[in-house]
Order: sequence, then C-alpha cells, then structure tokens
Amino acid sequence: MSVLKKLAASAAMAAAMIATPAFAQDDVRIAIVVKALGIGFFEAAAEGAEEAAAELGNVEIIYTGPTDTTAEGQIEVINALIAQQVDAIAISANDTDALVPALQRAMQRGITVISWDSGVAPEGRQLHLNPSSNALIGNMIIKLAADHLPDGGEVALLSATTTSTNQNIWMEEMNKVMGDYPGIDVVATVYGDDLADKSYREATGLMQSYPDLDAIIAPTSVGIVAAAQAVVDAGKVGQVNVTGLGLPSEMAGAIESGASKSFAIWNPIDLGYSATMLAYELSQNGVEAAPGAEIPMGRMGNLTLDENNEGAMADPFVYDASNIDQFKSIF
Amino acid sequence: MTRFIPVRETILGGAILVLLLLISSRFAGFVAPSNLANVFNDTAPLIILALGQMVVILTRCIDLSVAANLALTGMAVAMINVAMPGLPIPVIIAIAVLLGAIMGAINGVLVWKLAIPPIVVTLGTMTIFRGIIFLISDGKWVNSHEMSPAFTDFPRMVLLGLPVLSWAAIITIILFGIMMARTQFGRSIFAVGGNPHAAVYTGIDVGRTQFWAFVVSGALAGLTGYLWVSRFAVAYVDIAGGFELEVVAACVIGGISIAGGVGSVGGAVLGAIFLGVVKNALPVVNISPFWQLAISGSAILIAVAFNARAGRTKGRIILKEAEATQ
Repeated sequence: MSVLKKLAASAAMAAAMIATPAFAQDDVRIAIVVKALGIGFFEAAAEGAEEAAAELGNVEIIYTGPTDTTAEGQIEVINALIAQQVDAIAISANDTDALVPALQRAMQRGITVISWDSGVAPEGRQLHLNPSSNALIGNMIIKLAADHLPDGGEVALLSATTTSTNQNIWMEEMNKVMGDYPGIDVVATVYGDDLADKSYREATGLMQSYPDLDAIIAPTSVGIVAAAQAVVDAGKVGQVNVTGLGLPSEMAGAIESGASKSFAIWNPIDLGYSATMLAYELSQNGVEAAPGAEIPMGRMGNLTLDENNEGAMADPFVYDASNIDQFKSIF
Repeated sequence: MTRFIPVRETILGGAILVLLLLISSRFAGFVAPSNLANVFNDTAPLIILALGQMVVILTRCIDLSVAANLALTGMAVAMINVAMPGLPIPVIIAIAVLLGAIMGAINGVLVWKLAIPPIVVTLGTMTIFRGIIFLISDGKWVNSHEMSPAFTDFPRMVLLGLPVLSWAAIITIILFGIMMARTQFGRSIFAVGGNPHAAVYTGIDVGRTQFWAFVVSGALAGLTGYLWVSRFAVAYVDIAGGFELEVVAACVIGGISIAGGVGSVGGAVLGAIFLGVVKNALPVVNISPFWQLAISGSAILIAVAFNARAGRTKGRIILKEAEATQ
C-alpha cells in the first residue's frame, strides 16, 4: 500500500516536473537578476517587475541572484538561466566586464539580455537602462527647491568634495537650466566632503552667512542628512528647506521633522517595471536595440537609446511626507 | 618661573584672539557670544579627544585609532539604542565609555606586552575597528528616525545656558586639570615621557603607564562616539574619517611635544579651540573652498613653528647629556 502510494507520488511528481516547463512554455519567462538577494532596493525592483508582468499578462518573472554581491555568483545564476532556456535576462551587474562571456553565451542561445541599474559592458548586453541621466538629475535638484519657492528665493548648494565627478556634472547640468527658474538665486556652493561633521558645519555657516536663505540643495546622501540636522538644530525648520538626492531610509527623520519637504532618488519599483517592459519588447515584439531607437516601457513612456545603447528611464522620483513611510523600509 | 606664566598658552591664546578679530572684520556675527558658544560646542568632541591624545603623546606614544574607536563605539551604541530604545542614556554612556576603554586597552596591551611601536599598533587597530563597523552594520546606516528621541536629544539638552555636549568637554577639562597636576598617575605620565630611564629608577612602570594612557584615550574616544553619533543623528562606517589627524594636530598646535614629556592640559584645549575656530570660520568668511584646505594646513604649520621656537629655550640639554653618558 505504502509502496504504491510512494510510486504514485513519485509518478505525480515526475509528471509535474515534466509538465511544468511544457506548461510554462506558453509564458514568456523573464529573469530579473540582481546583485544579491535580500536587498530592499532589489526586492522593490522585483515588485515592479511583477507589476509589469501582470500588465503584460503572459509573463512569468524569475527573480534571482547570488546570495552575496559577487560576479562569480552571478555567472552561476546566468548559466542556470541559460540551461532553463529563459526568454530574457535583465541584470544589475556586480562587475562590468566579468559577466560579459556568460551573457554573450546567453545571447548566442537566443536569450534577450539587458542590464539595468548597474551596467554591463556594451558587448555583453543589448541595451542598458540607466535610472536617470545627468541632465534630468541636474534639472530635478533645482526643481525640488523651486517648487516650494513660488516667489523665488535664495538657495545654496552643499556638495561632496570639490573633485567629486558626478556632483560637479549634476551642478553643471543644473546651471544650464537655471533660466527656467526665474527668481531662484544660487548664492553659494560649499563642500562638505561627504563627512557628516564638515557638512553640518558648512550648512550652519550657510545659514549664518545668508540669513535669508530659503533652501539648501545637497545632491549627496551624507550632505543632505547632515544639512537637515543642522537646520533642525538652528531652529530654522520651515524657513530653510533641505532638498537634493537622498535615500528614503536615511531621510525619513528629516521629512518627519519638516527640515526637508521633499527630495529625490530613483524609484526601484519603476526601475524593475521598466526593465521588464524593455526585456519583453526586445524578446517578443522584435524591437531592435540600436542607437537612436525608441522603445516603449508601458506607463514609464519611451526609452531613447544613445550611441552606447544606453538610455535614461525618467526624472528621479520625488519622495515627500505622502510616500516616505512606504519607501523608508525598502531602501 | 615658566610654571607660573605658561608662555605657549599665552601665545596660543593671543593667536586665537587675533584670529577672532580677523574673522570679525569679515563677518561680525562670528564673535557674538551665542555664536562663540556654538563654536565651542562644535569643538567639544575635538577637545575631549585632544585631551586623551595628549596623555598618550606625553608618554611618547601616539593613538591613531581614536577616530575609528569613536566610529565603532558610536555605531555600537546606535545599534544598541535601535534594539533597545528603552535603555536609559546613562547606561548607554557607560557602555560607550567601557567599549572605548576596552579598545584602548587592546592598543595598550600590544604596546606594553608585545613592545610594538605605538604608531604601528594603532594604525593596525584603526583599520580593524573600521572593519568591525562593516561587520556589525553590514555597511548600513543607523538613521535619525530609528534612534530614540532621548538618545539624540541628550547632547543638545541645555543646562545653565550651554548644551550637555559643551559641559562634557568642560568637565573633561577640569578632571584632566586635576589629574595631570595632582595625581600620581598624572605626574608619572610626565615622568615616563620626559625620561623613561629616570622614571624606572623612581619606581614607575613605563609600560603600565603607557597602557593606562591608551585606556584613558580609548575611554574618551568611546564617550565622544556616543556624543558624535547622537549630535549628528547618524551612524555609518565612515563617520569621523580622518579625524585622528585633526586630534593629533590639535595636540601639536597646543605645544604637546611629539617626543613626549612636554605639554599641558591648557595647551591641548587651546590647540583644539584654535582648530575649531578655523574650521567654523572658513565657511562664513567667504573663502573659496579650494583655498580652505591650504589655509587650515598653513595655520597648523605656523602654530607649530611658533611652538618650536618657544620650546627651544629649555633645560633639556642636561637630559640629553645624561642619556648620552649611559
């Protein structure tokens, strides 16, 4: 009896094992490969991928990644995905170059490969999805301040180090669009060196030197937190708005205290959603990833590819009191 | 004679006054009493650490691990606070001081029992402590909204017109003033640094004294770790990065001889205040940030040059001869 039962059970299991891939063959299987499992940011991206899958209808999301952030771990995952014959791989890479051979093997087997968030060298993927672009970030940081200053006002920049490349590019891009924000006056640029104490001191100095200061823009995660604390300690909550780029988990206190009305950073949910949409378009709708191509990403609009087959998803996502609680536990 | 009119301290005090005058000519608000109190408050962690460092330097050692010790203790107490928000602040402070003292004791034992040069020991432990922060925190931040209000409010609490952070520095200064001048430990520190051989003949255990100097420095770094993290309301791996050099600079400016044995509590405090004034003034006097580093460095060099000249008229030649004849 029990032998029979066992036999029946194994037969059922074997049938299920054979049946599952056959059944799944109807669905488009898109693998979302992340740097490591268990990171809030990527869990949120997977949530976005599921949202895209639900919208597309016939998509199965395989959310996977190594347990630690190594290229070797990701290569193993990629090899397993090749063996499973998935339709598309969307990867946030732990190494720009090390993954190229494995991903090329996947592409030779007809699997669509795109990278998102953290890119792979051009020969190892069909396109790369950047969360945003320097121009969009430059515009966003001044827009964040200007949105709360309808009558114009004085703003100051608190950067990281004088030699920090991305900070300088963002501020340069910001200066290009200053004409769109009449009445907004950038009175100073100071450097907090990404040290909490120096940033705090610089922010305090700004409030002393410019008593009418309306906003401090800090496009750096250390600076924005320190500036918010300096504003609270100076008793200037409500007078000086701290904004810029920060992470929701780090900025929740500043939003709560009112020192910061809003700030921005990419939205991982949108990122996972867009990556899934792009992978689907490439693998199912025969869209060619070539420089200049415009590829639809559902609710996120179109992705325009540059000469390196890279594209920027959208403006950084704005976080404020209305959504901080949802995101502060994510990343 | 020089015991009663401390020349270095007078020169340094004068330099600070001149500096304040120069700053006030460019930004009058800087010398307002309330702002000076803020500057002192901002300098409080540096003063506390400089006093700990002074004790170590006086015994012919150096402690480069203070900033890493501060960061590790800060992270540890922040994580304890997140795990047990109800834990009273005095307990948190006791844990911070104890943790810091243990880390100082590790430095001390390595210097005392294994006779490894202090600069090597503390360079090593500096990196180890920073590494441990990574291990315990997974590289994550502890943020202001996760800390309990009592934890972050304590250093800001105003008593008799000054925040607790300032009082912590003032109490440390007073305790050190008494310790260095009136206790056996204080005097043996000078003896060990001034002439270790003579100290041995008077019955002072040089290694043991150096060990305790490291413990004192570590305990103060631990205390500052809590104060720092609660003041800036954030704990992460890199907090106070490079701060150990500022602490050593404060001591050197304050006339504490790197060769050991020479220095005073007043000197260390004034050295720290000098640096604190420079650091707080640079953002408000509207000097290009590209110049600020060069100006800070020059201020240190000029102060040290003054001290070197002031230190030349000393009776140390006798000791040198005594050493040479041994």
